[in-house]
Amino acid sequence: MSDLNSQAVSAAIENIIKRSETELPDDVIAALKNAMTSEDNTTAKAQLAAILENIKIADSRTIPMCQDTGILVFFVEIGRQVCIDFDLDAAINQGVRQATLSVPLRPNAVDPLTRKNSGDNTGDGLPDINYSFVDGDALTITVAPKGAGSENMSALRMLNPTRIDMIKQFVVETVLNAGGMPCPPIVVGVGIGGSFDKSARLAKSALLRDLDHMDEYELEILDAINSLGIGPMGLGGRITALAVHVEKAHCHTASLPVAVNIQCWANRHASVILRAEDD
Amino acid sequence: MTEHHLTTPLSRDEILELKAGDIVYLSGTIFTARDEAHLRILELTEKGQSLPFDLDGAVIYHCGPLMQKAEGGWEAVAAGPTTSARMTEMTPALLDNYNVKAIIGKGGMKDIAPVLEGRCVYLAYTGGCAALAVDMIKEVKDVHWLELGMPEAVWVLEVESFGPLIVGVDAEGIDLFGEIMERAGETFDKTFN
Repeated sequence: MSDLNSQAVSAAIENIIKRSETELPDDVIAALKNAMTSEDNTTAKAQLAAILENIKIADSRTIPMCQDTGILVFFVEIGRQVCIDFDLDAAINQGVRQATLSVPLRPNAVDPLTRKNSGDNTGDGLPDINYSFVDGDALTITVAPKGAGSENMSALRMLNPTRIDMIKQFVVETVLNAGGMPCPPIVVGVGIGGSFDKSARLAKSALLRDLDHMDEYELEILDAINSLGIGPMGLGGRITALAVHVEKAHCHTASLPVAVNIQCWANRHASVILRAEDD
Repeated sequence: MTEHHLTTPLSRDEILELKAGDIVYLSGTIFTARDEAHLRILELTEKGQSLPFDLDGAVIYHCGPLMQKAEGGWEAVAAGPTTSARMTEMTPALLDNYNVKAIIGKGGMKDIAPVLEGRCVYLAYTGGCAALAVDMIKEVKDVHWLELGMPEAVWVLEVESFGPLIVGVDAEGIDLFGEIMERAGETFDKTFN
């Protein structure tokens, strides 16, 4: 039995990046097909038909479905029995560099002020890697490439804690302000509570959930969003959002942070489970 | 809605025929330009210097493509539209100085109808459909200002029946996006106020 090593992690990272950029999860494709059935205007149908055809081409030729291959966000779950005796950050970064060449990915990482492109999708603080501990002997890594078109439309507000009712309005208002810009039909991740920064992290993690499960509160917000009629690509239609997902955390008694992370129709993510035996 | 098949360079008469909601397929040469390329075009214009490409009757594509080096040049891997809203403020100066006849992008541009009126149209291409777009790009003819980075450079693309493009804003001042957003705003106000 060999231990986990950095080469195995880099190779696995390269592989899940390729998978996430070229194939959408089944639940996302099913939701887009449902949207196609729900729409009756020809412009909305034409947008969804193009999206579904595009997904098919990207998958069959193993090419990125969107030229905005995003910045790479990782969620790493470390089993408490896993031994990591190498630089895991460095191994993930190396996988990103490999994928940039092999998939290929568009070099998107720039210095925020000079706008100089690093050329390999890494840089200070990028990729964005989030670690958490779980039970077990596995290292589970999920990648979610995040495009700028939808990320730019996201918003965060520190609401008055006596106005719980404002949460829904703020979410719908954020979608209204986004209009056709984030490539609807979108997925809306909402983080409620925690702190200023934690709410944003909750909102992002909400985007990873399967689209077919929503509770009553999430469905209520979804209905309000879809009543706006923005539709696929902002050209009008019934389906502006495929799903709304809410994640919560306890917060300060005097606070009510709410973050809304907008995701385009290309709700890309892929995971890998690594174990020492799997080497 | 009418379907149009047009070849670049475009004339004023040709674009005046296009009505909001119509479908367009474009063939010929199109130029990608987004944030940094717009900035540089306007900087050079202000200094009175000429551009290394000809925008007379041209089509600008709001796109930052993913390109790959190939034998003898470049090939497009993925090339869908980017969010046009970021170019809204720079578009009036672009149109005042160059005879750009059509802009392809996604999401529309706020209050752009009066800017385009009588001289340019906005064509919407389905956002994210980058793999689909590549099939209609026959050749990457040239690249300018690659030092701005791959997404921000100006790529000169030879396209064939590029579309379907929806006329989002026509040259008579009709803005599909604007109309949809106005109704969405009214619904929002009714729901929450």
